[in-house]
Amino acid sequence: MSFLNDGYGGYLTLFLAGTLATEIWRWLGVIVGGRLDVAGAVFQWVRAVATALVAGLVTRMVLFPSGALVAVPLAVRLGAFVAGVGIYYVARRNLGAGVAGGAVLLMATQWIIA
Amino acid sequence: MSPADRSQLAAFGRGLLLVWSVPAFVLFGTALGFGALARDGGFSVGHATFVAATMFALPNQVVLIDQLARNEAVAGVALAVALTAMRLMPMTVTLAPLFRGDKRRPVLELLASHFVAVSTWIEGNRRLPLTPAGLRLSQHFGQGVAISMMMVLGTLSGYALAGRVPDVVSAALLFMTPLYFVLSLVATSRSPMDLAAILIGCALSPLMFRLVPGFDLLATGLVGGTAAFLAGRRF
Repeated sequence: MSFLNDGYGGYLTLFLAGTLATEIWRWLGVIVGGRLDVAGAVFQWVRAVATALVAGLVTRMVLFPSGALVAVPLAVRLGAFVAGVGIYYVARRNLGAGVAGGAVLLMATQWIIA
Repeated sequence: MSPADRSQLAAFGRGLLLVWSVPAFVLFGTALGFGALARDGGFSVGHATFVAATMFALPNQVVLIDQLARNEAVAGVALAVALTAMRLMPMTVTLAPLFRGDKRRPVLELLASHFVAVSTWIEGNRRLPLTPAGLRLSQHFGQGVAISMMMVLGTLSGYALAGRVPDVVSAALLFMTPLYFVLSLVATSRSPMDLAAILIGCALSPLMFRLVPGFDLLATGLVGGTAAFLAGRRF
């Protein structure tokens, strides 16, 4: 990690290993996206792939979390998750209510059991 | 200023309004965690801000900071980041035709693609179709700048607050991201194919996490997305 403290060298490392490694996929996406017919089957398939991928990210974050969430038991995470989705529907599809409701429930439960 | 310029500016301004929204708040909360992580890892506040502003993709930022802090080889770190970032490609493929609007401006489109992340993809899918085609690029830039500002602000606040927030609060803030993701996927789904992709994706990822760790998200997207696509065509 010492290389990070030698002035601009650290920024160059972060740029190459972080920014460029990320940005390249966005550029490829623009290039490919420019050649696809939006109404076509290929586009529909890519949309389904992108949606399934983000959905997969959701379950991974809840089941295999990182950081402070690790300390919260699986049952509490799952319960608050299902409750958040339920609150969203009960509150007539209100996004803010679902997100805040689930988070507050997780916090309250963890407070009580810890 | 011509009337045309004025309406472009207004579209950019409408995009900027995204700073006051559920996704902006959720992103701020998650960026707090990233700022704290960067400080724990021994990075300077300049490094943390640089990463947040130039990468604009939280999961990748976490991979970068986490791996570098563990003294992994830089080439290996770049590869891990690139693998995590692959998910941005299908998202950009589907968002680019939407923000492009009615004429081709290749350089601007490449710049605009920097602002593709899960939050801007979801909000773009939701808000851009309601905007006239000619104004969408300006609005997308506004939305990107808005979310990007929250990312940097959250990172700075998280860096400053590191270690001073109770663990329960940090956990609740981290928990908002998956909830926001899943609820907005549901909110923006337009067809049975979208719903199938959400359900199959959610169910498949724990299996893929065990089968192909490191590639699990891509595998989930490809297998789950293809299954949803085929099911959607049949019914």
